[in-house]
Formats: sequence, C-alpha cells, structure tokens
Amino acid sequence: MSHKQDVLPSARAHIETVEMRGITKRFPGVLANDHVDFDVHAGEVHALLGENGAGKSTLMKILYGLYQPDEGEIYINGQPVTIHSPSDAIRLGIGMIHQHFMLVETMTVAENVALGLPSSRGFLTDLDVVSQRILALADIYGLKIDPNAYIWQLSVGQQQRVEIIKALYRGASLLILDEPTAVLTPQEVDELFAIMRQMTQDGHALIFISHKLHEVIEISDRVTVLRDGRKIGTRPTSETTKSALANWMVGREVALTLDREPVEVGDVRLALENVHCGSDRGTPGLRGVSLEVRGGEILGIAGVSGNGQRELAEVITGLREVTEGKVILEGEDITALLPGERTDRGLSYIPEERMKDGIIQDFTVAENLILREHHKPPFSYRGFLNQRFISQHSAELIRAFRIKTPSQKTLAKNLSGGNIQKIVLARELARHPRVIIAAQPTRGLDIGATEYVREQLLEQRRQGVAVMLISEDLDEILALSDRIAVIYEGQIMDILPNENVSVERLGLLMAGVREPAEAQA
Amino acid sequence: MITKLFSSTVILGILASGIRLATPYLYAAIGETFGQRSGVLNLGVEGQMLLGAFAAFYVSWRTGNLWLGLLAAIIVGAVMGLAMAFVTVNLHAEQGISGIGFYLFGLGMSDLLFQKLVGTVKTIQGFPALHIPVLSDIPVLGEVFFSHNILVYGAYALVPIAWFVLNKTTLGLKIRSIGENPQAADSLGISVAAVRYYTIIQGGILSGIAGASLSIGLLNVFQQNMTSGLGFIAVALVYFGAWRPLGVLGGALLFSMVNAFQLWLQVLGVPIPSDLAVMLPYVLTILVLVAAASKVRAPSALAKPFEREA
Ligand SMILES: Nc1ncnc2c1ncn2[C@@H]1O[C@H](COP(=O)(O)OP(=O)(O)OP(=O)(O)O)[C@@H](O)[C@H]1O
Ligand SMILES: [Mg+2]
Repeated sequence: MSHKQDVLPSARAHIETVEMRGITKRFPGVLANDHVDFDVHAGEVHALLGENGAGKSTLMKILYGLYQPDEGEIYINGQPVTIHSPSDAIRLGIGMIHQHFMLVETMTVAENVALGLPSSRGFLTDLDVVSQRILALADIYGLKIDPNAYIWQLSVGQQQRVEIIKALYRGASLLILDEPTAVLTPQEVDELFAIMRQMTQDGHALIFISHKLHEVIEISDRVTVLRDGRKIGTRPTSETTKSALANWMVGREVALTLDREPVEVGDVRLALENVHCGSDRGTPGLRGVSLEVRGGEILGIAGVSGNGQRELAEVITGLREVTEGKVILEGEDITALLPGERTDRGLSYIPEERMKDGIIQDFTVAENLILREHHKPPFSYRGFLNQRFISQHSAELIRAFRIKTPSQKTLAKNLSGGNIQKIVLARELARHPRVIIAAQPTRGLDIGATEYVREQLLEQRRQGVAVMLISEDLDEILALSDRIAVIYEGQIMDILPNENVSVERLGLLMAGVREPAEAQA
Repeated sequence: MITKLFSSTVILGILASGIRLATPYLYAAIGETFGQRSGVLNLGVEGQMLLGAFAAFYVSWRTGNLWLGLLAAIIVGAVMGLAMAFVTVNLHAEQGISGIGFYLFGLGMSDLLFQKLVGTVKTIQGFPALHIPVLSDIPVLGEVFFSHNILVYGAYALVPIAWFVLNKTTLGLKIRSIGENPQAADSLGISVAAVRYYTIIQGGILSGIAGASLSIGLLNVFQQNMTSGLGFIAVALVYFGAWRPLGVLGGALLFSMVNAFQLWLQVLGVPIPSDLAVMLPYVLTILVLVAAASKVRAPSALAKPFEREA
C-alpha cells in the first residue's frame, strides 16, 4: 500500500491543533454564535452537537472562511491566523464537507477534484494524472470511486466520497463534516465511519456534526454541545451516554421512546391500484404498486433509498405522471387531477427535499406558512390577502411548532435546516388534512424536534387521519407504523403488521429477498 | 429563373458568401458562449457590435490604418465588457435587463457619434482578400474557401481555439464549473467574480471585432443600426449550438448560408417579395430554436447573480 505523502501533489502544513476562541457571529436578529470556544487536535474526532439553529454550521463556516466572525480569534498550532475565504482555509489545511454538497453535477469526479488546483501541465488540465492520484488515494482509504464517472450518475453516498477525496486531495489535515450521515443509508454510514477511523489513525483531525446520538457515541472522542449559540460544555465521549447527551443538549428530559396507543381504524382514505410510473433516469420507477391506507393508521414504507420511495410520493401528490393504474383518494379516482386539486381535497405532503420542494427560499416565513391556503378565506378575500389574519395565524404556528426565527418576515432561506423543516410541517399539519404523505419527515432534525414531529404524526393518527410515512430510518418506521410495507426496486415486497416483526426479516425484504417458505407458497 | 439558382456559379457564390457572412456571427457567438458557460447572459452583444463597428470604421477612416481601426474596436468592446461586468458581477443586476440597456446604449451612442463625427455615409477600403498561396489556386475550392479577408480566417480559427480552452485548460474547467455551480467553485477558493470579469470582457472584445468585421471587412461602411439584429441572432446561436463552439459554428454557417441564399434570390430577381426573403433567416432562427429547445440543458447558473451569503 502506498503512503499518502507519495500520492499527494504537495504536502500541506500539518495541523496539530486548531483553537477557536471567543467566536461571536451576529445575523440580523440572531446571535448565531456567542463567544464560543472550540478546539480540535490531530488524531481525534470531535463531535459538535446542538439543536437546530444552535449555530453549528455557522461556527464551521467561520472556520472554513465562508463567514467572517464579528469577534474572536482562530489559532492553528498556537499561531493566530485569519481566514478570509475558503482558499485561505484550504491553504492552511482545512477541508469541509458541507451539509449541502458542493459538486458540479455535469462534470466528472476527476474534474470536480481538479477544479481550482494548479495543474502539472501549466494552463492545460492534467485529468489523467489527477485520476491516477484519486485512485491511489481511494486505495489508501478504501474508498471505491470511478474518476471518470459523472457526478449525476452517483448515489448520495458516492457523492460524499467525492467530497472527502476533494478535501484529502487538497491536503486537508483537518476535515469538517457537517451532518454527513443525514442522507446516508446505515451501510453507507458504516463505510464512512471506517474511512473516518482510518483518517484519524493517519493523524487527521476531524469535526463531526450529527443529530444522531448513537453515531456521536460510536465515532467521537470528545463532544461539545451548543445551545442558542452558546457553548454549554465539552466532555470526553467515554464519560457520557445517549440519554445524558440528549438532556444536556435540550436542557430538559427527552423521551427517547414513544407510546403508540391503539386507535380505532377507519375507512380506506388512500388507495393505489397497480400503479406504474417512470423515474428520472428512465428506468421503471414503480412497477405495479397496490396498497391502502386507512384513517387512523400509519403505514410505514421501508426500503433502501432509491427503490421508488420518491416516485411513490410523487404519484400520490400528482407531481409525477402515472403510466398505468389508479390513485384513489376517499373513493374518488384522482389519477388525473393536478397537485393543487389534490391538496384541496385534503392531501398534505411533507417532501423529502424541503429546500427545493417544500418552501420558497426567498419568501418570508409567514408567506411560506400560508402557501397552500393563501387563495382561500380567511387568508384572502376576492384575491386580496388578509394580512392581519395571516400574521396572527403565522404567529400561532411559529409558537406551536417552536420555529426558531427572528421574525415572521425573515426569509425562509435564512433559517437553519431543521427550522425550515418545521415550517413545512406546521403548514401541512395545521390545515386539518385527510391524508398525509410524510417523506423522511425527521431527516436533519434535532432530537427535540424529531420527538415533536413524531408526536405530531401520532396525534394526526389519533384524530383519524391516514398517514403514509416514507422513511429510510428503520427505527422510525418501527416506532410509528401500524403496518409496514417494504419497497424494493419499485415493487412492494410485502406488507406486515407491526407486531413482533423482526428487523432481520425487514432487512431481507429490503434487500429484495422474500423468505424461502413464502416464496414456495 | 429558378433553374438559374442551381447553376454551379450560383451555388459556389452562395457558399463563398455564406462562409464570409458567418464571420460576425462567429466572433459574437463564441464570445457569448464563454459568457454563458460562466453563467452570464449578455444581451448587450448587439450594442457592443455597433460601437465596435463604428470605432473600427472611424479610426480606419481617419488614420487610414485598418489595424488601428481593429484595435479601436477591441478597446471599445473591452470597455463595454468591463462596464457590463461591473453591473452584473458587482451590482448583481438582472442580466437580461441590463443587457438590453447596453444594447440601447450602443445603438444610440454609435449613431450619435456617427452623426457628429462622420455625418454622411462614406465607404472605405476594408481588409483585402488574402489569397492563401497554393490553396487559393485550387480550382473552385480555392475561390470558395481560401480567398477571404483576414478577419474571416480569424473567425474560423477561433472555433477550435475556443473548444480547446473550454475543454482542455484549467481556465475552461473553472468557467464551466462557475456556470453550473458557483457555490461549489467558490468553496474551492476560485474567484467567481474574477472568472466572470474575464469571460464578459473577452465577450465584449469579440463583439467589438464582430462589429469591425462588418464595417472594415465585409461591408466597409458604417450606417445607423447596421447590425440589424445580428447580435441577437448570435445570442440565439449559442442556444442553438448547445453552448459548444462546434455547434455554434454549425449554426453560424446555417444562418449565413440561408442569408446568402436570400441575397442571391434578390440579385437574380426571383419574384419573391424582398421583405419575405429578408425575413427568412429570422424565421429560421425561431424554428430552429423551437426544435432545439429542451434537448440540451443550459448551464444551471445561467443569468443568476452569485453572492456568498453574509
Ligand atoms: N446567512 C444567514 N443569514 C441570517 N441568519 C442566518 C444565516 N445563517 C444562519 N442564520 C441563523 O443563525 C442561526 C444558526 O444557524 P446554523 O445554520 O448555524 O444552525 P445549525 O446549528 O447548523 O442548525 P441545523 O442543525 O438545523 O443545521 C439560526 O438561527 C439561523 O437562522
Ligand atoms: Mg447546520
């Protein structure tokens, strides 16, 4: 096995310690970081924990030169440094994997890695040399990657590897990982952790952000907790537990288990009959899906990402064309109806990609909260918006859903990831829906918010709403669902009642394996 | 009369003038291609061309030196590009609207200067045809391909150079990445502003040369609004050519051939209303754009100002 130094184009300054002292950052109406001290050293994983909007990404963007702090200093190996831009950070040996990936989809892996770096051939690109180095680096860290593949062809997990290689290639000695696991499957998380362990053994310093406490316990050496922009403290991970972390972070007791009391099941609210549809890559998206969801029940859709979950949500909400079969809402065939007409009939949708499909980034929080209903009384009369009612309504929702925002008039894009999700949730749940399609509703949410969302879904169930919960998080599916449908390559493998189902059985179904006994039957 | 159209002299004539007429399209559209690949839509091409055409004409006329005229067009184009870059990159202006502003400025300014400094229409001696030794002696082909002025050859040489720069150099890689995902490029320490300044100024220079190729190469006069929409067609050609220099070349040739064809129709006195004939290339623009629509994706960040948050 070759060594890193032989592969990399130029050795960067090695980072032994990074210290951030007294970092303060203000945004209009928000104190995102309030005199935060944070440090990390070579060979460790330092986890950064905190609720949505606590200021984690802000602190890391300051370290990477994307934001300038209002106060505070940064020291590398004891020397004060100023980081004006990402190029300063890269020069100092800092790399960052962003919460939202920074890749050019229409370019290849090698092109993305080579971007902005001096070439060995002067002004000509040297993609063949870069490709070889990528393969050599990939070999050292056990990353499988094809340098000539286009980014759009890669799965999310693979794209993340490209991000890691990009940073390593630039000689990053410190790597910041901002919620790297939020979009990964459990297997991909294991692979990422293996890579991270290899990196710390190699003397890298890692900063790891996640809302999943078991991951923090598993991978980190130290944990720092932020709350409302302030640092609460730092502890060695070995001296803490999951529930201790949860309470420390939220500042109160958090119930990590939910009780799903029995509820009377009503009529069929949503039914799919032999539904087929295409997908974005031209492969069949859904291939004959039939299922029913009744009022007062939660149907969980379990499966590895990319097996038709997205398409399933889209055919129900009307965003994707059905090529064969029917979608039926409360007895009415809605296959040909527009999304808005379905909404008016009581269908609510919590989309997976909330940044893109769930909100309008340049609208205010209040405007986003009334997107669905703005054309109806009491929100508007004869085309005129009723501002008084809208602001009163928004204020109520902001309070009820604990949306952290400086004001109703703040643009949605300036909220933290978790709070954007809360806007979508508040809007979709507050309108007394008949059927809810919830796709990855807790992805990227902190534990307090996750608990809240799950309770809300159970509350809807109690009120007799039919809920379809699409999630890649098996724990979530098991905690909330009455029945569990497993989706694999666009087909429903099986639908099981959520009583004594074994995780192994679900895992096999998710991998496309029916149990032998059943296959014979 | 129709049969006359298909005589070999006419066909060769159409080919030769088609090749020549593609020149301004090529300069302008290649410049625009670079801009759009970096995410900047410049609708001011026509205005830059008009000012370039005037500057080239005026300086050539006063000094009698065509090369000084060309230099003047380059400088005027660069200054226009610089202004456009400042407005779009630093002031984050809406690109479509500010482009139209630059067009109107170029249209009015070139006419004003013409009225003040020249007055009446004057012709000059433009760049002479440059017969390439040996090649231009080849019967038939020599006349069609190798007997044009230097600006025509320059336009065709530009196509492979542009392809090479976009696809084989580190600068090209930066340009393409910024047109697709400026945030990603920024996060790697690339200056989005610097690269866009470069492509917009280069676009201005090439538009200036495109104008010069009319006023001191092909037509050898300056007239008010002499480009008559050519700059806008050049922008359309970038879409037609799917943001690739070779595609732009194909489009430019197609349009200039159709243009040459309609000119010959008029020369030969084919009984078609001349207004209709003149419309032909424009109608073709629309048809081709409709046909080409949605086949290829535009650069994702096209016409979107970039600003790092906070
Ligand atoms: N560009 C910005 N403009 C205005 N306010 C901002 C901006 N970026 C962040 N904020 C605010 O700063 C606070 C901290 O946000 P930050 O993104 O750092 O949170 P976070 O801890 O990363 O949360 P999450 O877990 O949801 O990602 C939030 O209240 C957010 O609304
Ligand atoms: Mg964050």
